[in-house]
Amino acid sequence: MGDDGKGDGMKVRGLEDLKKLREEGLTRIYPDQVKITVGMATCGISAGANRVYEAIREGIEKEKLSIILAKSGCLGFCQREPLVDVWRPGFPRIIYEEMTPEKGVELLGEIFNGGLKKEWALCRMEEEVLFFEDEPLRYKIESGLEDRDAIPLYQDVGFYRKQLKIALRNCGYIDPESIEDYIARGGYFTLYKVLNEMKPEEIIEEAKRSGLRGRGGAGFPTGRKWESCRRAEGDKRYVVCNADEGDPGAYMDRSVLEGDPHSVLEGMLIGAYAIGAHEGYIYVRNEYPLAVKNMGTAIKKAEEMGLLGEDILGSGFDFTIKINRGGGAFVAGESTALMASIEGYVAEPRAKHIHTVESGLWDRPTNLNNVETWANVPVIVEKGADWYNKIGTEGSKGTKIFSLVGKINNTGLIEVPMGMTLREVIYDIGEGIPEGKQFKAVQTGGPSGGCIPDKLLDLPVDFDELTKVGSMMGSGGMIVMDESTCMVDVAKYFTDFLKDESCGKCTSCRDGTLRMYEILDNITKGKGKEGDIELLEELAWVTAEASLCALGQTAPNPVLSTIRYFRDEYEAHIRDKKCPAKVCNELLTFTIDPEACIACLKCKKLCPVEAITGEKKVPHEIDQSICIKCGTCREVCPVDAVRVE
Amino acid sequence: MADKEMVRFAIDGQEVEAEKGTMLLPVALEYGFEIPHLCYHEAVSPYGACRLCLVEVTKRGRTRLTTSCNYPVDEGIDVTTDSEDIQRARRMILELLLARAPHSERIKKLAYEAGIKETRFSLMDVGDCILCGLCERVCREVVGADAISFISRGDKRDVGPPFADPIACIACGACVYICPTDCIKMEERGDERTIVKWNRTLKMQECKSCGKPFAPLFQLNWIIDKVNLPKDFYDLCPVCRAGR
Repeated sequence: MGDDGKGDGMKVRGLEDLKKLREEGLTRIYPDQVKITVGMATCGISAGANRVYEAIREGIEKEKLSIILAKSGCLGFCQREPLVDVWRPGFPRIIYEEMTPEKGVELLGEIFNGGLKKEWALCRMEEEVLFFEDEPLRYKIESGLEDRDAIPLYQDVGFYRKQLKIALRNCGYIDPESIEDYIARGGYFTLYKVLNEMKPEEIIEEAKRSGLRGRGGAGFPTGRKWESCRRAEGDKRYVVCNADEGDPGAYMDRSVLEGDPHSVLEGMLIGAYAIGAHEGYIYVRNEYPLAVKNMGTAIKKAEEMGLLGEDILGSGFDFTIKINRGGGAFVAGESTALMASIEGYVAEPRAKHIHTVESGLWDRPTNLNNVETWANVPVIVEKGADWYNKIGTEGSKGTKIFSLVGKINNTGLIEVPMGMTLREVIYDIGEGIPEGKQFKAVQTGGPSGGCIPDKLLDLPVDFDELTKVGSMMGSGGMIVMDESTCMVDVAKYFTDFLKDESCGKCTSCRDGTLRMYEILDNITKGKGKEGDIELLEELAWVTAEASLCALGQTAPNPVLSTIRYFRDEYEAHIRDKKCPAKVCNELLTFTIDPEACIACLKCKKLCPVEAITGEKKVPHEIDQSICIKCGTCREVCPVDAVRVE
Repeated sequence: MADKEMVRFAIDGQEVEAEKGTMLLPVALEYGFEIPHLCYHEAVSPYGACRLCLVEVTKRGRTRLTTSCNYPVDEGIDVTTDSEDIQRARRMILELLLARAPHSERIKKLAYEAGIKETRFSLMDVGDCILCGLCERVCREVVGADAISFISRGDKRDVGPPFADPIACIACGACVYICPTDCIKMEERGDERTIVKWNRTLKMQECKSCGKPFAPLFQLNWIIDKVNLPKDFYDLCPVCRAGR
């Protein structure tokens, strides 16, 4: 395997070596020349960042410009990708949004001429918060750049203003493939301190006092878990990182792994030292190729430098990490199923009457935490429990990453202090609902979370509050829905997902979710009958109470929460055979407004049953006796002339 | 032998005693408590799939519903076998199972006893299989042939030989015997034995004395290899061997 030569053969033995690497990293991140960084996480790439990167690279080569071109992870504002970040000595850092290859090349000329290209800028940064320094790092900005004020400051952009990035502290700031970049922002200094100055018990105490709770969904206190694992009897202990993120529309863990893999490694190293483990596993889904690649690179670099392996930093502590790629089952994210999968068996949960901290992987004490939990650890240990436990609410400390998606103006990855209200998240960070539509509900916690209505928008977001209203924190999905969303259809969508992704072992989960799906499907097709809501509630109760693992126990949440807050919609479907949101095609009547119709023949051509009559210049009409309510005409009409009732 | 640690606890108010870590269901059955169950069998490890053996266990002040077949008993736990919640859960589980296995006498009886005459759910065309996993466990743990396994997940979960190829099945019939819904049938025609569900047909060995076919040749050779028996060990059928 090739190597870039940097740090080749160099083992980090102590503080001086780390400081040297830090200097190296600082010159990489803040060089004395222009540096252009393209956000190349999966969100950036899917928006075309690869092409932007290539165009800029060619431009630099062609003009023989003395510009460094680099890659970074995700800065969170996925909707505005591709994001390009320009560092110029004497200038603020400027983040450009929605870049294209053409704009990339033009930007090079602008930089050459000393311009700012204000109109493409998302924001400018003049300082950075570093958790490992007392003062923020302020860039030296030359005078005479007053027109920069036309570009909003990073901390004044609505999307970023209320965020506090701890787990995401390095995402978008560093090259995830560079260990020097990570060290430059304080990385591995905490590990050094831990191995040289702290006893395992002290770290556990710090973790306990910090109030950190597992970010994978269940919210179990991390320090207590570590303590139980350390105390459990066994010849060998394991630590595991759960990166089997499978919620539709959620990508918190992916972004951390892609953008800052060393933060997870350092967290695991600290945890392993506290617990007394010498072997670790990262279980990551194979559908995350970039996360697997970046984590693989990070492990290799850390091994080369002696930050993983034997006698780490000369302390005598040994620790190795292996990556285990998951095969795509949602249930493999359940801790016992995940361990079964690592052992080579089918990912199927087992009874936890004996906890995994006592008997987990290969029946040995095993401590499993989620990616985000591990990424928080170095900061907590560095800044101390008293710093961390001041952030958040009484029962939920610190911050939480959410992927804010759906019918919202600003979609992206956000990290906010626990206790922020849903209203602040949706209206301040998300800046509201597009097209002037009404907010209807927000679904939190992934597929088995609940839908929370507008009357609860002032709910502070933390583990306990979300559970109280029939939803959950889960791993951090947040899907916003507007008035055009049918809540029965939503319940059906998630129940469909869960009936497919149940492992199928427990009768109550396998057949419970299947039967709930069948009833919901019938309701959306106009075949609902009196008693369906009660039967759904009965099934939901058994699915939750009689099933073994968290998947089954939480699977009814979408059904129960939509019945609880949107019962009238169910009743409209069942009794009046109407879908108030006009989503369920079978319950709609499609007609064409002759005033609005431009007689373009589009719908006529595409109607699969030839139910539409009309000629050019003759408004079209739908024959209701033939119409199968497929909705094609509504989709293709260029002027929205198809009415539904 | 090391001393067995015995624990005392209560089932429906009656004090009982058992070795620590034993599973609750067999202890309860031993003491004469009636707990319906389908996926449990003393010959194989507990699995907890059918969820019918639910009981309420109170431990350190916390009460919850849990399957008794895979619950290890502990000192001082308080077990209830027949609360309202348990009955409510059992009834729904039986209703769900009845839709899977409408022809199974055992399920019909259990459902009837729980007060369920018919299921509200559409009947499934799955040949009465309730996916309890007893066939898979007996094949793997007792027989050692490991010829079948669970396939796929969710509502598409099934049980059968991998890739529908019953190459490792020795047609011993252990799965037929253990299946609680009688959904695995064995047929013998002439000198052939078929396990219908796995689509496995094997030729049977004819007894060198009476000439009757008595067991699949593949199975006999498999046993001879497995336990290192003389090659001619199974030349005679069990009847002729006994009479020799």
